[in-house]
Amino acid sequence: MNDRHLLSIADLGREGIEDVMRTADSFREVAGRSIPRVPALRGKTVATLFFEASTRTRLSFETAAKRLSADVMSFAASSSSLEKGESLRDTVETIDAMGVDAMVVRHRSSGVPAQVTAWTSACVINAGDGQHEHPTQALLDCYTIREALAQRRGTEDSQNGADFAGLRIGIVGDVKHSRVARSNVLAFSALGAEVVLVAPRTLMPPSLDGWPVKATADLDSVIPDLDVVYLLRIQAERAGQVLLPNLDEYHERYGLTRERSNRLAAGALVMHPGPMIRGVEIAPEVADLPSSLVTRQVRNGVFIRSAVLFHLLGAADSGEAIDA
Amino acid sequence: MAERERRLTRPGGRVFVARAQVMDADEVARALRRIAHEIIERNHGLDDVVVVGLQTGGVPLAERLVRVLTDIEGVTVPLGSLDVAFYRDDIGLRPVLPEEVTNIPLDLMGKTVVLVDDVLFTGRTVRAALDAMADHGRARAVQLAVMVDRGHRELPIRPDYVGKNLPTRRDELVDVTADGVEIGELADERTAR
Repeated sequence: MNDRHLLSIADLGREGIEDVMRTADSFREVAGRSIPRVPALRGKTVATLFFEASTRTRLSFETAAKRLSADVMSFAASSSSLEKGESLRDTVETIDAMGVDAMVVRHRSSGVPAQVTAWTSACVINAGDGQHEHPTQALLDCYTIREALAQRRGTEDSQNGADFAGLRIGIVGDVKHSRVARSNVLAFSALGAEVVLVAPRTLMPPSLDGWPVKATADLDSVIPDLDVVYLLRIQAERAGQVLLPNLDEYHERYGLTRERSNRLAAGALVMHPGPMIRGVEIAPEVADLPSSLVTRQVRNGVFIRSAVLFHLLGAADSGEAIDA
Repeated sequence: MAERERRLTRPGGRVFVARAQVMDADEVARALRRIAHEIIERNHGLDDVVVVGLQTGGVPLAERLVRVLTDIEGVTVPLGSLDVAFYRDDIGLRPVLPEEVTNIPLDLMGKTVVLVDDVLFTGRTVRAALDAMADHGRARAVQLAVMVDRGHRELPIRPDYVGKNLPTRRDELVDVTADGVEIGELADERTAR
């Protein structure tokens, strides 16, 4: 990672993605110890600024920072001066004035993390902005696939890069509104995978120009060919609206039902970024099958976020080398 | 460490250029054999001895040392490897990334750990290694074996077993490979060849 921020998967490219995954391997080792903590970022402060509700991503970042011995400041919009009418910019500048080294930002509007970089000297990490991107989710998803592929090959150690060439990954669900889909399309294809988007027409982006993907509205026609089925969360607030008339019908046509899971290729992987709604995107019993990587995704999220924090905050301030 | 130095002190596109060979492959093998005997003598055998190589240069030497020890005493000596990137004191001053995943296969509580590195220079890598090791249990004792001690210590650290003491200038580099030990310096890529 050359830049001081992580706003989009496009900032990384294939080499950057592989670098982060290699560092995450080291954090996986650290996590296996009785005291899973290293002193690497002692004295650094990481602030999590979540202007939109999220427990798991915030906890994952905070755990990741603590494993590096960084101090953690937590900011939640609901308990803040935003409620009293403070502007976003004033909030960011106030936190910046307290002296933080990294800001982890989530906001319901696309582009907020990029805007925040203009208001602070801290490194900024996008933890999900509107319908734009969620880069650390894509990194942990790639890492989870790489780990599963390595285990299948019988090489526990996945030291090397990741080559997804020949891998067919289907991203199923509300692609149109999904920042996870956007980051994952970039990441999966950067690593060489073939990506198929599966969604009803109402939930497909109006244009796929320039996207290295195929698209279909028919899940059943592609399911036997997929190596990975990546299910997106259906936002319940959209149900009953014009784009998604009802959840039962969605489950019927796009959910990973028992019947569909039986038609998956042997060894196909099932993933979901969470929070998972059983009975909508996935049948309750399918979510617990061994092919489901959902809990591994959560576990790997901590390793990946530690790696991202270490890459950004441990990077040299100047290009000058000092004596070894 | 030499390899680490070469990779990490190179942002200007500079490369290591050898000037002279100071040990050939046979001399390295003999030094390793002597060090093995010294380790056995000092510890009255190899009970509870664990060999840990420092990434990256110390790891192949540690593997060789374990083979020699096994050869002499006929017992298996546990082998580990340690990457000290997360424990360095120059994080933020220069690019520091782990080279390999640390692999310490057992709790070091009560063990005698022989740390192995190729080159001992400022002592900062060893300082970091001592901290890193402490997270894997409280060793009974830690000893340090290096193929080359090139001087210029910045911390109160000394080796217990040394292949060769080699006086150097600070700006020189020492490179330990399977073929021997070379001394040289960094040069611009264009003038290098």
